Amino acid sequence: MIAQLLESNEQFDVDSPNMPNEAVTLSKPFNITTRNSSNIGEYAIKFIMVACSMVAIAVTVGIVFSLFFESISFFQRVSISEFLFGTKWSPQTALRADQVAAEGSFGAVPLITGTLLISFIAMCVATPLGLFSAIYLSEYASRRARNVIKPLLEILAGIPTVVYGFFAALTVAPMLRSTGENIGLNVSSESALAAGLVMGIMIIPLISSLSDDVINAVPQSLRDASLGLGSTNSETIRKVVLPAAIPGISGSLLLGASRAIGETMIVVMAAGLAANLTANPLEAVTTITAQIVALLTGDQEFDSAKTLSAFALGLLLFIVTLILNMISLKIVNKYREQYD
Amino acid sequence: MTNMFTNTSLLRKSRAAAELRFRWFGRIAIGISLAFLFIMVGSIINKGKSVLISSDIAIIIDLGPNQVDPNNINQTGFDALIKRSLRATFPEITSRSDKKKLYGLLSADMGFELQKQIIANPNLLGISQKLWFTASDDVDLLLKGSVDLTTQEGDRRISNLEINWIAKLKKSGNTRSHFNKKFFMNGDSREPELAGILSALVGSILTLSVCFFVSFPIAILAAIYLEEFAPKNKISSFIEVNINNLAAVPSIVFGLLGLALLLNVFGLPRSTPLVGGLVLSLMTLPTIIIAARASLRSVPPSIREAALGMGASPIQATFHHVVPLALPGILTGTIVGMAQALGETAPLLMIGMVAFIADVPSSIIEPATALPVQIFLWADASERAFLEKTSAAIMVLLVFLILMNLLAILLRKKFEKRF
Repeated sequence: MIAQLLESNEQFDVDSPNMPNEAVTLSKPFNITTRNSSNIGEYAIKFIMVACSMVAIAVTVGIVFSLFFESISFFQRVSISEFLFGTKWSPQTALRADQVAAEGSFGAVPLITGTLLISFIAMCVATPLGLFSAIYLSEYASRRARNVIKPLLEILAGIPTVVYGFFAALTVAPMLRSTGENIGLNVSSESALAAGLVMGIMIIPLISSLSDDVINAVPQSLRDASLGLGSTNSETIRKVVLPAAIPGISGSLLLGASRAIGETMIVVMAAGLAANLTANPLEAVTTITAQIVALLTGDQEFDSAKTLSAFALGLLLFIVTLILNMISLKIVNKYREQYD
Repeated sequence: MTNMFTNTSLLRKSRAAAELRFRWFGRIAIGISLAFLFIMVGSIINKGKSVLISSDIAIIIDLGPNQVDPNNINQTGFDALIKRSLRATFPEITSRSDKKKLYGLLSADMGFELQKQIIANPNLLGISQKLWFTASDDVDLLLKGSVDLTTQEGDRRISNLEINWIAKLKKSGNTRSHFNKKFFMNGDSREPELAGILSALVGSILTLSVCFFVSFPIAILAAIYLEEFAPKNKISSFIEVNINNLAAVPSIVFGLLGLALLLNVFGLPRSTPLVGGLVLSLMTLPTIIIAARASLRSVPPSIREAALGMGASPIQATFHHVVPLALPGILTGTIVGMAQALGETAPLLMIGMVAFIADVPSSIIEPATALPVQIFLWADASERAFLEKTSAAIMVLLVFLILMNLLAILLRKKFEKRF
């Protein structure tokens, strides 16, 4: 009988810290070693798990440091004010020291305006399409239609950006160009419009699925109250649901904008490298990400201003997208709590 | 009285019209998005499907003993031999530039192809016979009907003269088309008719394996810790904010991290699947962690309580009971993350996986390229024949993505438990 008890105690006691004291003392001679080793094992597992979750912090720190240090050595060659406010971007550095125009100019303004122009076009496409899709899916569509349409829209999100870039460069851009010719407009073959349009389509699923969640989180009681007062569905949506969901929707739009600013392949393939300072969507512009790719692909010396400028651009990109992301995540989370 | 009545009915009409309009806005928005999806995929399939077929040209080649020395095959000038045979097939051609055009009907690899045929079948030697060779890219496009013959001669890459030669060959049954094995069996090449996706595909598989073996264990352990063990304090919430932000950092920034840290500080070999996989794993970490946490959260507390009540330690309760139940969800999230990584291009450009790689990489520390990067490279190439190659490579990439997502959906359907 006692032996049985001890046996069972041994089984139980190995891992349970909350057993009554009696049992612990009873079983001690039998399992003290297993108990210790299992505790050590558990500590080791816990330690590994903590270390793994620290990797996320390590990655962030790694990004910040690697961008920061390279940027500092860039700003030792080119002043920050020239980088942020200069309007000429031509990162040619000299092959020989005595060459004419040996110093490239590193004014990032054309890149920033180019990025903003393309992102603006993208958001002009994605905001109405994404928002109306979300409203239709969450308020009007039948369950069956929703089950078909939602996964189809998500396919758009799953297509690699290099595919969008190929489509933008080889189908959309020539189409815009020939349409422009027909109506007497001079459209560049690497126009901001082509890249922006396609990028907008890419962002639709992001905005529609986030907004969909937000709209669904608006309590049904608000809708019922509005409908009970005699308003139509669309009036309810416009005057009650959307105002209630506005913070969450703006969060999703910010996230979409951050995605547009950081998007690389579409602009590399469709927007080109001409650093024009223009607001005309029919002209070619370049973006921060396209320049980073252009500066860092192929052979490079690692200590030239040309190469280092890519890291300064990367730092700029990282800071801007980080701020946008943090604001939008905060808005979305806060809003979620409000109705939970 | 009547005035008021008409007013309300007017108002009601306009309100009903507004309702209808609003509904149609939604339908149109969805319609445009889906139309774009179908147009994009359709145009790619339309451009890429012709890659499945490739064309051959037959010419009569004299492999008599005075042309080829059976004991010394490797030293034979096969290119010259084929050129001689081509001239014999079209004896009317005399000018130097026309001869050059004539040689251009066949792939640049023709000598090597002949050598391979002879080594595979030595019985060919000693007689004069008809042998098949890969046609050059322009001829291939012509035979597949992809060349617009109504355009001016100067606007196309193939001249009327060459078109006549091909017509003549076709008439005499000396052209054939067959399934394009080369596209799936070859590495990249400067010659479109020889270029294939095998090296890029293997590079992608190696890169993804590295990515999986690095990110999966780290992500799953981090998710378990954050969901099951982490105390609710500042550090935990800082880690959480960090992970959410990392998920939205532009992919090119991860490429910069890889370049500055992995290549320049740690000195890992450039252009290799090892570095590519590491960079991609850092990118997919947040995706997997977020999905794994959601999956762990959906396991009801009663499971944990029951395990703890039976005397399991928290670690045992988690690893023996909670994780197995959450595993399908975790795997689904992992596959979605891997699919994302498979399509990612920008960070790989940063770490130099953009080189011209003809050979199939055999280990993770050999220079390699990946499927999306190959698409990017081909999209940039000037030859028109690379256009169909690019579309076909995109189709292969999409097929892999569809397969991965189907797997994820199946996993979810099969093991989904509602508590």
